[in-house]
Amino acid sequence: MSRSVATTYCKQLLQTSELCCLPYDLSEFPVEKIRNFSIIAHVDHGKSTLADRLLELTGVIPKTNDNQQVLDRLQVERERGITVKAQTVSLFYEHHGQTYLLNLIDTPGHVDFNYEVARSLSACQGVILLVDANQGVQAQTVANFYLAFESELTVIPVLNKIDLKLAKPDEVLVQMKNVFDISPQEVLKISAKHGTGVEDILKAVIDKIPPPTSDVSKPLKALLFDSWFDQYKGVIIHMVVIDGLLKKGDKIASASSHKVYEVHDVGVMHPLEVSTNTLYAGQVGYVITNMRNTNEAQVGDTFYHENIPVEALPEFKSAKPMVFAGIFPSDQSEYNSLRSAIQKLTLTDASVSIHSDSSPALGQGWRLGFLGLLHMEVFNQRLEQEHNASVIVTSPNVPYKVKIHGAKNIKKYGAEEIMVLNPCNLPDKSIIADFQEPVVMGTIIMPDDYLGNVTNLILDRRGLLYDQTYIDDKRIMVKAKFPLSEILIDFFDELKSMTSGYASFDYEDLGFESSSLIKVNFLLNGSPVDELSLICHTSKARSLAKHVCAKLKDIIPRQLFLITLQGAVGSKILSREDIRPLRKDVLAKCYGGDVTRKMKLLKRQAEGKKKMRKIGNVEIPRDAFIKALKR
Amino acid sequence: MCIGHIVRGGVVIVISTNILRTPSLAEPETIYSVINTVKEMVKFSNQGEVTLEVNPTILEKAHLRDFKSAGINRVSVGVQTLDSNALAVLGRDHTVKSALECVHDARVLFPGSVSVDLIFGFPGHSLSAWKRELQQLLQICDKHISLYQLTLERGTQLFKMIEKGLTKLPPEDEIVDMYKTAVQVLKENGFERYEVSNFAKEVRYSTHNLAYWEGKQYIGVGPGAHGRFVVQSNDGSLERHARIQTLEPDNWMWEIESLEELLALGMRICWGISHQRWNQRCPQLSLYDIFNSDIVSTYCSANLLKLDNRGLRATPEGMDVLDSIIPDLILLLHQALAR
Repeated sequence: MSRSVATTYCKQLLQTSELCCLPYDLSEFPVEKIRNFSIIAHVDHGKSTLADRLLELTGVIPKTNDNQQVLDRLQVERERGITVKAQTVSLFYEHHGQTYLLNLIDTPGHVDFNYEVARSLSACQGVILLVDANQGVQAQTVANFYLAFESELTVIPVLNKIDLKLAKPDEVLVQMKNVFDISPQEVLKISAKHGTGVEDILKAVIDKIPPPTSDVSKPLKALLFDSWFDQYKGVIIHMVVIDGLLKKGDKIASASSHKVYEVHDVGVMHPLEVSTNTLYAGQVGYVITNMRNTNEAQVGDTFYHENIPVEALPEFKSAKPMVFAGIFPSDQSEYNSLRSAIQKLTLTDASVSIHSDSSPALGQGWRLGFLGLLHMEVFNQRLEQEHNASVIVTSPNVPYKVKIHGAKNIKKYGAEEIMVLNPCNLPDKSIIADFQEPVVMGTIIMPDDYLGNVTNLILDRRGLLYDQTYIDDKRIMVKAKFPLSEILIDFFDELKSMTSGYASFDYEDLGFESSSLIKVNFLLNGSPVDELSLICHTSKARSLAKHVCAKLKDIIPRQLFLITLQGAVGSKILSREDIRPLRKDVLAKCYGGDVTRKMKLLKRQAEGKKKMRKIGNVEIPRDAFIKALKR
Repeated sequence: MCIGHIVRGGVVIVISTNILRTPSLAEPETIYSVINTVKEMVKFSNQGEVTLEVNPTILEKAHLRDFKSAGINRVSVGVQTLDSNALAVLGRDHTVKSALECVHDARVLFPGSVSVDLIFGFPGHSLSAWKRELQQLLQICDKHISLYQLTLERGTQLFKMIEKGLTKLPPEDEIVDMYKTAVQVLKENGFERYEVSNFAKEVRYSTHNLAYWEGKQYIGVGPGAHGRFVVQSNDGSLERHARIQTLEPDNWMWEIESLEELLALGMRICWGISHQRWNQRCPQLSLYDIFNSDIVSTYCSANLLKLDNRGLRATPEGMDVLDSIIPDLILLLHQALAR
C-alpha cells in the first residue's frame, strides 16, 4: 500500500514524459564508466537529503522544493524520519566529457539496521562518509566507517550542514583526523539542504572511487543484495551483476537452492523501476522473475545462467535477531487476520524471525525476533497502519542459550544446547549446566563532562568498560561490553537525558556469554502465574521482583478478600505486596435522578467481569500482565 | 418532588421542578393544583403518601403549613449537614438554625412523617465531626433518615475544584468508616437500614422510594423527571416504559433491561427480592433457576448473600459491598436468559 502511494508521488514529480524506457543504452556503459557507491552517516546527518540532491542534480527528479526524501518510501519512514529499507537508484552524470553510470545504494542509518548496511556495502566499491558539521563524528559514523573500511571500500569524506550557524567545521575536521585518520584537505564541504558543493561529490565519486572489478565477457555471476515483494509482480530482486550480462528471457539459477527462474523483466531504478532489458557487468538494478516467495531470495546468494554455474560469492551470515517480543491478537477471534498481516509484512522484511507461541492469558500468538527495539517498534507501527491490526505486545526480551546435562534430558529437548525465547520454556534449574545471555559491544561518544554519570550508568547496567579514548579536545569515545537485556529498554533514553542529548550510542553483537541468571516467578495468593515469569541476572532479581509486584498492586483491582502478590526464585520469596479487601463498595446515593446511568455502570462492570481472567479466586483484567511487564 | 401513591396496584406520581432535587421552589398553589388534578384522575387512597422534598430555607419553612393544606402529608427535609462551614462547601443557601427549626416545625405539622436527609464525605468532613453530627441528628429527627454519600457530578463547581486540586475529598478509608459508623449508631438507636441509604424506625418506610427499588410504576412530571410504567402497546401486549422528560426515541425497555433494574435496585433493600415479586416480572425463570450457582454459593458461604424460600437478598455485610456482587448477578441473569 505504501509503495503505491510512493509510486503516485514519484509519478507526480516526473514532469518529463513518463520514463518507460531510459534515454540511455546500458550497453554503452562498460565497467570503466560505472561507479557503485553508498552514503554512510549517523542518523539525521543528512543522508537522505543528500540523496535527494543527487537525484535532482542528475535529472532523475525535477528540482522542486518538494523533493523531501524521495527514497524514504514507507509511511513509517517518513513519519519517523528514518530509512528502513535500503533503496537503490541509478544516476547518469557527465564528467570529463563522458557520461558515467553512478549507482547509489541508500542505506538505513539506525544501529538496528546494521545488517542492511553491511549487505548494501557489498555491492559497492566506495562510500561517501557524511558527517554533520555541527554534531560531528557520532557513534554510527564510526560504526559505518569501520564496516566500509573493513570491506576495503574507498572513502570520500564529506562535511554536511556547513550552512548552519552552529556549525563547527574546524572542530569536526580534527575529530575526523583523530578517529579516521582523514586529512582535512580531503574533506568536501557541502550543504545538502541548499545544494552547495553537492556537485563536487559526483565528481569525486567518479575520480576517486574505482570502477567495479567486473568482466562482461565472463559467464554471468550476479549477487542478490536485497528483495522486495510486489503483490502483482511477485518478488523484485535487487542485484549487482558481477560478471557477464543478464537479459530478459534468461533462465537463471540460485547457487544456494539450485532453483531456476525465468527473467521476466530487468532494469534499473530511476528512481522507480525502468525496464532496460539487459543489465551488464558492474551494473546494479532490479530483476523480476517468476519467484513468488521472498524466502527464496536469500541475501548474498549468487545467481548464474542455468547450466553455467560459477564460483559462488562468499555467503552472508543471516541477520541475527536481537530482540524478541510476544505478539498476540487482542482477541482470539482476530488470530487469522493477524496471522495474514504478519505474513504480508514479513514478505517485505525478511529479517523478522517468526516462531509460534502461546500463553495461558493471551492464547495463541507468535514470538517475533527483531534486529533491535526500533525495528520492533517500526514493525508494530506498520502492523497497525498498513494492516489495521490491533495487537498485544508483551515486553521485549532477549533469547537465552541453555546447555543441559544428562543424556535423558538432552534426548527430551532434542539437543544439548537450546535457545530459550519464552521464559516459560526454561528447563528446570537442576538440569542446566550453563546459562548464557547475549552480549554486545557498545560505543558511546559524548563530551567528557558527562563521563562520571555515564560510567555509573554503564556499571549499573552490568557494563564492562573496555576502552576510553579522546577523539578530540572535548569528546570521549567509550567502549563497553553490555548484556543485551540491559540496554534493550530505556538505556538509550537515560543516556540521552543524562548527557542533555549529546551522547550517541551504537552496539554490535558479540554472541553469548555465561552469566549468573535465574528465573523469577510470580504468585497470586499462592498460585503461580506463568505469563509473568522473567529471566534476569541474579543481582537484579530482587529489584525486578519488587518492581513487578508494585506494578501489579496498582493494576489489579481490590476485591472482597485479601490478595497477596509475591515474586519468588524457586521457593525463596523476594518481594511481596498485599492488596487489601474492599470494606465498602456500594453507592449510598439518592435515586431521585434516573437510575439508567447507574445501571449502565453496573452492566459495564458485568461485561468487564466476563473478560477478566481468574487465577485462583482473584479476578485479573486481561491487560494486567502486559502492563506489569512493561517497565 | 411530590408523590402521590395509590395503594394496591396503583401508580406513583413523581413531580419534580428541577433536576437537582431541590424542587419546592414551586408555590403551594402549584402543588395544590397538581395534587388535585391527580386526585381527579385516579382513585386516591387516604393512606396514600404525598411527600414533598423541602429545602429548609426560611421561605420554604414558612410555607410548610400551606403545603399541608395543599395536600402534602409527608416531608423530606434536606438538612444535608449540621455543620455551618460545610453548608457553604455544599453550596446550600440555608442555615443550620433554619434547618433545625424547619425539622421542628415539620414534626409538629406532620408527626411521624418527617424524613431528614444528610450528606457525608464532602471536602473537609471528618469522622469525628460526623459522629458528633449523628448524635445531634438523633436528638432532633423523626422516624426516617436518609444518608447520602457525596458523589461528584461532572460539570458541577465542586467537581471542577477537585479536578484542579483546589480541594479534595476525605480519605477513602475515612469515608468508609463514616458509612459503617452511621449504620451502627443508627441501629443502636432503633433505626433499621432498610435500604442502602435509608433508615427507618418503627417500619416508617418511605413508600415512594420503595416504588423505585421494588420496580413498581411511577410517572415523572416536570423538567428532568423520569418514570417507569406499563403501557399497552398496539398489539395488545404490555410493555414497561422508561421515560425521561427529554425527547428520547425509544421508550420501551427491553425485558432484560427491566429485569436488570429489578435485580440491581431490589438488592439494595434489606429484604431483597421475593420470589413472588420476581415471578411477577419473570415468569419463565425463578430466582433459583438463575442464581443457583458456584458464585452465589461462594457469596452465601462468605455470609454476603442469602438465597432461600424468602427470596434473594444481601446480608448487612453484603449490603456494604453490593456493587462488587451485583455485576456477577447480572452476568448470571444474562446466562440464564441465553439458555
